Amino acid sequence: MSIEVQGINKFFDTFQALHDIDLTIPDGQLTALLGPSGSGKTTLLRIIAGLENPEQGRVLFNGRDVTQLHVRDRRVGFVFQHYALFRHMTVAQNVAFGLDVLPRKERPSKPEIRKRVADLLEMVQLDHLAGRYPVQLSGGQKQRIALARAMAMRPEILLLDEPFGALDAKVRKDLRRWLRNLHDELHFTSVFVTHDQEEALELSDQVVVMSNGRIEQMDSPLELYARPDSRFVFEFLGQVNVLSGKISEGTIRQGNAWVRLPDSCDNDDAQLYLRPHEVRLTQAPTEEAHLPFQIEAISVIGAEVRIELKPDGWACDELWEVGISHTEFNARRPQRGDRCYAVPEVGHLFCDHQAVPKTLDWSVAR
Amino acid sequence: MATPKHRRVGDSPMVRRLLIGTAVLLTVLLLFMPLVLIFVQALSEGWAGYAGNILDDYTLDAIGLTLVVALMTVPLNMVFGVFLAWLVTRFRFPGRKVLTTLIDIPFAVSPVVAGLLYLLLYGSNGWAGQWLGEYDIQLMFSWPGIVMVTVFVTCPFVARELIPLMQQQGSEEEEAGVVLGASGWQLFRRITLPNIRWALLYGVILTNARAVGEFGAVSVVSGNIRGETNTLPLHVELLYQDYNIVGAFAAASLLAAIALLTLVAKAIVEWRQSRV
Repeated sequence: MSIEVQGINKFFDTFQALHDIDLTIPDGQLTALLGPSGSGKTTLLRIIAGLENPEQGRVLFNGRDVTQLHVRDRRVGFVFQHYALFRHMTVAQNVAFGLDVLPRKERPSKPEIRKRVADLLEMVQLDHLAGRYPVQLSGGQKQRIALARAMAMRPEILLLDEPFGALDAKVRKDLRRWLRNLHDELHFTSVFVTHDQEEALELSDQVVVMSNGRIEQMDSPLELYARPDSRFVFEFLGQVNVLSGKISEGTIRQGNAWVRLPDSCDNDDAQLYLRPHEVRLTQAPTEEAHLPFQIEAISVIGAEVRIELKPDGWACDELWEVGISHTEFNARRPQRGDRCYAVPEVGHLFCDHQAVPKTLDWSVAR
Repeated sequence: MATPKHRRVGDSPMVRRLLIGTAVLLTVLLLFMPLVLIFVQALSEGWAGYAGNILDDYTLDAIGLTLVVALMTVPLNMVFGVFLAWLVTRFRFPGRKVLTTLIDIPFAVSPVVAGLLYLLLYGSNGWAGQWLGEYDIQLMFSWPGIVMVTVFVTCPFVARELIPLMQQQGSEEEEAGVVLGASGWQLFRRITLPNIRWALLYGVILTNARAVGEFGAVSVVSGNIRGETNTLPLHVELLYQDYNIVGAFAAASLLAAIALLTLVAKAIVEWRQSRV
């Protein structure tokens, strides 16, 4: 079932939580609402569910206007951030709740409900916990029971509010995979809220980045990472290295640092944004770039070696970070305090007088 | 060999014994002795005399009226308290804070004053009283008046118990219930009520204890008509003023017994609550 959100405005007293939100979520897709806290992502999710009412705008399911439809009649599955399991009911009673409260005409028979509950618990691999109470479950188990409960009504739309927020890293990863598989198997349309960019990029077909009640960008994870529309999106999606300076004669300069730009650019104040993997480290400056650094820290944990760099003779707000492979690291063995030079391969130029950033590729010019 | 002692400040054996001794002495003198004395006095003419005093017509009437008042007050304030707690914890509206404060008025106001206010308002010379008088309805100096002031005096108990609990529990479970398709009534019966049941019972026990024992407000609006508007606490005073000391204590022993039962019930509910 597709979801359409049109021109939504939402106020809490005088505070505007959402500004003119337009959004289309295609049938069967897994969409992430990504943003820092206070960006309005949870409010938007609750409006789609019907738990909040917008002051303006419409919500459509499969083209049908449901704005005025009560939550109870929208038939969506909703998983709450803190699970919201009914504490006085057993796991089985929790999962059966949606079926139990159906009007008598639509309600399945007792044995049928029991069968459905057993199937759902098997789906979340927790059939052995049917008789337990929520306090007796771990966080990950609670989360899966909350999912099973939401799925009991066979909703075509599943909404999840920070589904993995309160779990530890390992359980989180397992559950993410498991949700992805479940989604691929059952083909419902899901929307989940997260402030974790890694989670959003890994799990979803489409990511909606929000800040201050507005949609910043809406794209596939790949596009979003490769071609961010704004500084906000760029900075929010992972580590970024910035050189801010002035462009003149096709070169951006600040202090003793400069980078020759491969494309012609107007003279302007500008920032060059570079992802850690879009930078090479060399022993000497090249013809294209003079970005001197001192190595501040080296951490060898993980798939690559992360090197933190302090600018030498110029300035930036945050230290630069560059990832190099273990092979490269072992070949050169850089030490803390060593001098080195960064060479950009791909970069994104944000000029002060242009709305859209320009992607630069030095490898083409070379 | 002497073991080294690590005492905390003020934890010398002398201080400890003194403090515990004082506490025990005061408890016995101020709480336990009077309670025992009630029963000793009540039974001073033997069991037969006790039974005679209790089965006295006027005493039986007073017991009956007290039970009626409690039976009407408790359900009324139970519903009102749940409603109020629900309103204050589940909705945001202007004046919510004021309302939360207003709930405590019956606690802050002396019951006698409450009785007088009702007399002023609903008595035959009061605003509402005159209007009601035209329809031949008399509230004061009859049982409806007694119920009204008792409701007033006891109305905060249930709400006061529920509000902090419901605030702490939040409304997420109820939201989860609505999303799953539950109607308003199903939500209340299957989610809200089970979550607050022990606190509610606790509030009801306190309401009942106060409704049975209320003296001040009731004495103002009752008119003390023997056999008609005399509740048990009023009856105790009446008997005492008639120099029927043993009778007064016999009636008082019933109130004391209700108090003891209340304490036991309260302890059980508190124990249950701590387990949930």
